[in-house]
Amino acid sequence: MNFWENFRIALNGLVINKLRSLLTMLGIIIGVAAVITLVSVGRSVEGVVTAEFQGLGNNLLFILPGQISPDQQGPRRAGGAGLTMNDVVALSDPLLVPEVEKVVPEYGRSALVTRGRHEMRTTITGTSVDYSDVRSFYPVTGNFFNEQDVASGARVAVIGQTVYEELFPDGEPPLGATLRINSVNFRVIGLLEEKGGSGFNDQDNLILVPISTAQSRLFPARRPDGKLRVDFIYAQLLDEDRQDAAIGQIELALREQHNIDFDEEDDFTVLSQDELVSAFSQVTSVLTIFLGVIAGISLLVGGIGIMNIMLVSVTERTREIGLRKAVGAKRRDILWQFLVEAMVLALMGGVIGLLIGMVGTLIISNLSDSLQPVVDWTAVIGAIAVSAVVGLSFGVYPAARAAQLNPIDALRYE
Amino acid sequence: MREMGNGRSPVIKIENMTKVYQMGEHQVHALKGVSLEVYPGDFVAIMGPSGSGKSTMMNMLGALDQPTSGAYWLDGTDVSQLSDDALADIRNSKIGFVFQNFNLLSRTPALQQVELPLIYAGKGQRKERARKALELVGLGDRVGHKPSELSGGQQQRVAIARALVNEPAIILADEPTGNLDSKSGTEVMQIFQHLNQEQGITIVFVTHDPWIARHTKRVVTLADGKVLSDETILTQLIAGKSERPSDMALH
Ligand SMILES: Nc1ncnc2c1ncn2[C@@H]1O[C@H](COP(=O)(O)OP(=O)(O)OP(=O)(O)O)[C@@H](O)[C@H]1O
Ligand SMILES: [Mg+2]
Repeated sequence: MNFWENFRIALNGLVINKLRSLLTMLGIIIGVAAVITLVSVGRSVEGVVTAEFQGLGNNLLFILPGQISPDQQGPRRAGGAGLTMNDVVALSDPLLVPEVEKVVPEYGRSALVTRGRHEMRTTITGTSVDYSDVRSFYPVTGNFFNEQDVASGARVAVIGQTVYEELFPDGEPPLGATLRINSVNFRVIGLLEEKGGSGFNDQDNLILVPISTAQSRLFPARRPDGKLRVDFIYAQLLDEDRQDAAIGQIELALREQHNIDFDEEDDFTVLSQDELVSAFSQVTSVLTIFLGVIAGISLLVGGIGIMNIMLVSVTERTREIGLRKAVGAKRRDILWQFLVEAMVLALMGGVIGLLIGMVGTLIISNLSDSLQPVVDWTAVIGAIAVSAVVGLSFGVYPAARAAQLNPIDALRYE
Repeated sequence: MREMGNGRSPVIKIENMTKVYQMGEHQVHALKGVSLEVYPGDFVAIMGPSGSGKSTMMNMLGALDQPTSGAYWLDGTDVSQLSDDALADIRNSKIGFVFQNFNLLSRTPALQQVELPLIYAGKGQRKERARKALELVGLGDRVGHKPSELSGGQQQRVAIARALVNEPAIILADEPTGNLDSKSGTEVMQIFQHLNQEQGITIVFVTHDPWIARHTKRVVTLADGKVLSDETILTQLIAGKSERPSDMALH
């Protein structure tokens, strides 16, 4: 009995019991497909988040309130007095922070926006004029707001493409139109060029207004101490190679500004793009792990399905083993047969599951332009390995036990 | 006990074979010291009441199970000393076993069923040999049929073809006609007689049917795990040629 003979017997057995083979494979197919789809989706989301932050460029620093430690599981905020316009002013002082070229604050909330009978909920971001250059948000029609708009708290708005499509469904000219945000009328003065992205990551779904207007008229930002709150601050550097120097200067300036004692910790965090990416990818990898666990559960359920079918067919198979032994099969012949059967099932199921999973990944990433289909090969290998182990243990173990029996006991097995 | 063999060495020789089944605390003595010799060309029916140990003995003879004690020589080999793998070889090459319930593989065509022993023997020309064996049992036109597409008698004939395909020294059968009607039973006996007379194949089989037993050359009767009698049939019935008498006339 050579190997190929056993291989042939095993394949024969699978072909003859097509339904059983298919049912057994089904568990593996579903499990593997689920793992691959879900983990790949998780990875794509990670990729999107990473890409978004990487699109910001290397010469930007992000200043956030509180302590955020990228070594922890995701961002962690610990107290902190928050950031204010005073900090923005301080950081704009070339004597204090000579390495910083531009400082841009962001302060915004989500709000309901109406134009006539059209309405939508979107993010209203108050910021300064330099936002346009620092984030590369340029208007295709009209203008960005100018220094005077910011100084006077003008009720002017620059809108993104998605907002335009929602509020101007008939393609009316946006410039000069009036939008109502939180019961305040704004005049549209610019329409931003399309940035791409969709779903939760739609970069065109925003309205930019002067920060002074946002702070005073839309979302009151005055703190008890009289300072005006901001959410976070971008600092654009003169030279990205001197990032460390810039970070030092920013920290010094802000500690001074916040009256932080020598032995106290910062109540803010300065992150470079890389640090921001890693902080966020920790959040998203938790998401991936979560999806992976769900998928793993479905693989387990698939495994239980395999186990069921294997156990159900074990009576028939035990008699078959008895008969094979009665006509001269040796123990290792039986083992090989079942080993090959199980491996072929696991591999075929794995490959079919892989294909379905990849199709699923493609379909899901097609739902959203910004999701790139990413097939996670560790998930692929892991899923196939798990199903192979399941197939082997539930297929070969009963067979191995039956192969130990006297042929007559196996033939009598009920 | 009769004397037979005329100096030839026996195909089967068992001496004082016992088999004890352990049923929890309880012991079942299925065989209590059976001795038997079967010579080449023999055609033996094993009879005896239910529970007398016929199946138990056949399983030992077929190397499907191991006796508790006693010696067993098959074709000169001491079978009671062999390893699992060596027993598999013996079952494959020296013995053809036919079961009461056929024991065919489900959903498998007849030709593949018959090929099975040849596969484990590693022999070539399997299709031709299997086809020839099926022709020998009159199923040359049923090679592609699966068990579900065959009558009980035909299934048993497939099983017989499987038993003889590897040219064994002996064919053993445990109530091969037990699940068959009398017509199919007669067909099986015709095949056995043909194999025994034309091909000189040694056959030992169990039956409850005294009329079936009279188609053989020798009847061994077991009772309570021992050989009760061992008789030669002087006028062998020819299967298909003799009318089955009413049950009354047999007794
Ligand atoms: N696997 C087993 N475990 C326990 N006891 C067994 C086993 N097989 C047979 N026996 C017992 O051994 C005795 C002989 O059984 P065996 O099957 O050999 O009888 P038999 O002569 O073939 O009967 P029948 O004509 O009904 O087939 C019986 O008492 C039976 O209960
Ligand atoms: Mg019996």
